[in-house]
Amino acid sequence: MSGHRHLSRARRLARAVARRRPLLPRPVRVAAAIGCASLAAAIGLGALASQAPSVGAQAGDEPPAATGNTPTSPAASGTATGPAPPAAIGAAPPTVTGSEPAPAAASGSDPASATPGQLAEGRRLFLSGCASCHGEDARGIEDVAPSLRGVGAASADFYLRTGRMPMEDPQDEPQRKEPFYDERQIAALVAYVGSFGGPPIPSVDPAAGDLSVGFRVFGELCAGCHQIVGRGGITTGAWVPGLQEASPLDVAEAIEIGPYVMPAFGDQLTQEQVDSLARYVTWTRQPDDVGGWGIGHIGPVPEGMVAWLLAGAALLLTIRLIGERTTR
Amino acid sequence: MSESRLRIALAWIGLRLLRRLRPRRRAQEPPAPRRAEPPDALARETPSTPRAELLVAALLLVGALAAAAFVVLYVVRPDTQLLGLCLGGALVICGIAAAFAGKRVVPQETASEPYEQLADERKVDDVGAIVREAGEGVSRRGMLAAAAGLAGATIGAAAVVPVASLGPAVGDRITATPWRRGRRLVDSEGRPLRPEQITEGTVVLAFPEAADRNTLDAPVMLLRFAPEELEMSAARRAAAPGGVIAYSRICTHASCAVSMYRHPLHPATAPEPALVCPCHFSTFDPRRGGAVLFGPAGRPLPQLPLQVNAAGELVAAGGFIGQVGPSYAGERETEA
Amino acid sequence: MRLVPRPDPVRDPVRFVDQRLGAGSLLRSTLRYVFPDHWSFMLGEIALYAFVMLVATGVFLSLNYVPSDETVTYTGSYAPLQGRTMGAQYESVLRIVFDLPAGNLLRQTHHWAANVFVVAIALHLARICLTGAFRRPRELNYLVGVTMLALALVEGFLGYSLIDDLLSGMGLAIAYSVAGSIPFVGGDLAILFWGGEYPGSSAIWPRMEILHVLLIPVAIGGLLTVHLVQVIRQHHTQFPGGPRGERAVVGTPLWAAYALRSIGLFLIVAGLLLLLGGLVQINPIWLWGPYETALSTNGAQPDWYLGWLIGALRLMPPLEVRFGDYVAVPNPFWGGALYPLVVFGILYLWPWIDKRRWGDRARHETLDRPRDNPRRTASFAALATWVFVILFAGSVDRFAFRTLISYEAQIWFLRGAAIAGPVVAYLVTRRLCEELRARERHPLRGWSGEVVRARDDGGWAAQPEEAPTDEAAGEAAPPR
Repeated sequence: MSGHRHLSRARRLARAVARRRPLLPRPVRVAAAIGCASLAAAIGLGALASQAPSVGAQAGDEPPAATGNTPTSPAASGTATGPAPPAAIGAAPPTVTGSEPAPAAASGSDPASATPGQLAEGRRLFLSGCASCHGEDARGIEDVAPSLRGVGAASADFYLRTGRMPMEDPQDEPQRKEPFYDERQIAALVAYVGSFGGPPIPSVDPAAGDLSVGFRVFGELCAGCHQIVGRGGITTGAWVPGLQEASPLDVAEAIEIGPYVMPAFGDQLTQEQVDSLARYVTWTRQPDDVGGWGIGHIGPVPEGMVAWLLAGAALLLTIRLIGERTTR
Repeated sequence: MSESRLRIALAWIGLRLLRRLRPRRRAQEPPAPRRAEPPDALARETPSTPRAELLVAALLLVGALAAAAFVVLYVVRPDTQLLGLCLGGALVICGIAAAFAGKRVVPQETASEPYEQLADERKVDDVGAIVREAGEGVSRRGMLAAAAGLAGATIGAAAVVPVASLGPAVGDRITATPWRRGRRLVDSEGRPLRPEQITEGTVVLAFPEAADRNTLDAPVMLLRFAPEELEMSAARRAAAPGGVIAYSRICTHASCAVSMYRHPLHPATAPEPALVCPCHFSTFDPRRGGAVLFGPAGRPLPQLPLQVNAAGELVAAGGFIGQVGPSYAGERETEA
Repeated sequence: MRLVPRPDPVRDPVRFVDQRLGAGSLLRSTLRYVFPDHWSFMLGEIALYAFVMLVATGVFLSLNYVPSDETVTYTGSYAPLQGRTMGAQYESVLRIVFDLPAGNLLRQTHHWAANVFVVAIALHLARICLTGAFRRPRELNYLVGVTMLALALVEGFLGYSLIDDLLSGMGLAIAYSVAGSIPFVGGDLAILFWGGEYPGSSAIWPRMEILHVLLIPVAIGGLLTVHLVQVIRQHHTQFPGGPRGERAVVGTPLWAAYALRSIGLFLIVAGLLLLLGGLVQINPIWLWGPYETALSTNGAQPDWYLGWLIGALRLMPPLEVRFGDYVAVPNPFWGGALYPLVVFGILYLWPWIDKRRWGDRARHETLDRPRDNPRRTASFAALATWVFVILFAGSVDRFAFRTLISYEAQIWFLRGAAIAGPVVAYLVTRRLCEELRARERHPLRGWSGEVVRARDDGGWAAQPEEAPTDEAAGEAAPPR
């Protein structure tokens, strides 16, 4: 039990690290995040994290209604008590609710290739970690979380690998943080959610893309929210993540599924355009700073701060030193 | 080869300068000629020390080296950072040398100068008198002044009027758009768009076929909603066949591209669908005829009526409902 | 032995000039011109030297800039834009950045110089307003200075807009909408200047270029000359407490100490701008890409000195004045035109507001320290707070992104702060000044203790002494 408490504290810490975007340049922030992560590892949280599978196994033995491991939202625990019979894996025919057909070009992981063991573990993890919000039958719970039937492996992979799921409070905006599950667990959960049907994990090859095409398409479709150099921003009612940590696969999956309030662009982009976008987004991690120190790549706000706080302060100091006769 | 020659040259310059650095004995200098008037100084001292002079010379030398490095780099490797570092550094170092010399080498003096008496009532009287003298012997002063004023005003107007040649008249330019009944909508690659390509939850940027797309009237955004979700007049709903609806891309507030579309994956836990402008965050409701939800925009986003032609492609059914782009003071805005 | 006059490297050229222009006495008085000793008098010099750098770098840029929107396909050395169609003006700036040696250094130095130019003017203006340096006989020079500030803002915006990158295109679209929102004339004015509906005819580019490289710089240069000539004629003001008071200015003569200090300042300003230009990236237009009306980006702001206008545009609720289908006042007018007009109106009228308030029309050569006139200082603090809160609102989307505080909540908060902030700033500043002044006048105010004095007989006696009261402090200092 104490393990559970620690775990949720660790997650809260990770979440705090992910949420707090201090006024530091990204390298410093990344360094700080790495620092926190290594600190957490040093004080034994890493060990706890590696215990997670066994925790999950215990949870699987228990009645699936409520486990300490689930995200602790009052709304979630309040509504997740319904005695829904645990759906047998594969028993219910997966209903594809999304109108979009799986794109032909995408040929990532095939849910059919999932082993029965993976599906079993996926289900176990799902019941302990996801079912309190998404329902034990993955059909969602009204006003809490959506049905996962038909969202596909692409969606599950995106949300789990970027740490956006599980969330503490389902009313929050999902934010990128350290993944809660390890790779094997994610693969199992993805296989389980993918078994209900929906788009598979898309394939993406940034090397096959064209940087110039990526820049142009990004400008047309993405820059309005993500900022032209992928530094993120806001829209009314939501925050838009920066894309420096986004892998090419993250980009392809987000295009496909349209997470949170992002539109889905999978239907209108060709594979070459997706590859190009992934290439451009990867390029923006270290764009062409021929002008020197990039100061955030967002233009006038940091420029004004440099003008006032650096140049202005230096010049005030200068005139303070030379403006008056000091000998007497 | 050239590097060693450069090094020799620099060493030679350095030696020459070093020889100059030795303090000359002041006793041998001829006395400076004194001014006829005594200096109006309240306090004066000569703070220079050999060390201060040496420091100034050294700083200037470093500055000179950096400036020379700029010239060399410009030819050899014009890298922005190195060039800026060299020239900027040269100027800053020489600036420090000059400022230091101004405080610790040359004589320091506190002097005073009287503020001038600016006002002189006699001169004011004189000028007034001189101006008025021009009217001596002139009897019809009022008539002359009026005529001159009229001439001045008309010549001024004549000088200003050609400004109108700068641009066209207003009226016909703002209301004309490239959208006509039957004009196809194409994507940014120029391909015609079909209604089934516009799926729920996506946004497609579209332009009029065969028209300049870099104008305020050209770009539109295509969205799809379930028809029963659209809370708008029957006429507007008819302009959105099958729930596919087109809005102008240009904000009615200040002409920026409304490039943000938020569409909740799970409506219960995310904000409702909206089109948002990134300039001043005007937020429009696409399900209610583009009505303003938040921000400074004063009127809804114009809607482009759509039809599906015989080939199953999306075409315009006419001009915009509402005027595209910003509002202009002094103009009349008409619906559709 | 014949007496050969020894050549004199100083007197000979002076004699040459004096014999031809009779300028000897002018030279003499110039060299002895007295600058008062206070660092804050050099703020204007920083602006002057930034302007010199703007002209120097601007000449290079103007000779390489192409004021045309002709569509070209980029084939230069920057990979992410290869094959992209763009305007010739944007391409010419890409060439300056990537293909001309030192081109980007000079472009970035120019842009930093513009930012620092307005920083220096703002600080200079604050010094003038806070110390009462605008009073008789310097009102005209004050007006010249405020006009230069206004011109500098327009000039900066035009320079920023000439490139037609994504950010500048968005800025220009907003400027077009603000121009179109000016009551009665707006629509005609915008269409006239742009040569048609935005983005306008091709003529807009040479138009803006001529304004940016010729008309406005010449206007600023001319006003600068008038500004300096007036300063020389009237002399600098000086802080109170000097030995000559209102009668004579006391300080360092131009030659040689002040000249060296000022040359040093020029070199440091120029060097600092070049260091920034070389080391700190500003307005990376290659990252923004070319502009089209259908494109925009998140996190778009103008340069800092116009941030107060975007802030005002964002804070303004959706208020428009319409009569039927007749548009009287579209929304951008409030934030984009009326607000700066009010701020500049207050600045222009500042000397006369001050005169009326104190009934003080006398000539002043010595300044007030800010604390010596609490209500003037507080008024300026209120104005500065008003502008700053709204300037902050201009960048609040980036702030919301960093802090995860809702944008809408911040906008509502700042709408209130824009109204309440100046009032609070006024009260706090006024109180602060009064406290400072009272403490200075009566260092023992509020002190409780006993004064021990020597008695005539050699012993000591505690002697009760009253600390000065608040009323006494208040009466002692009526503002002039």
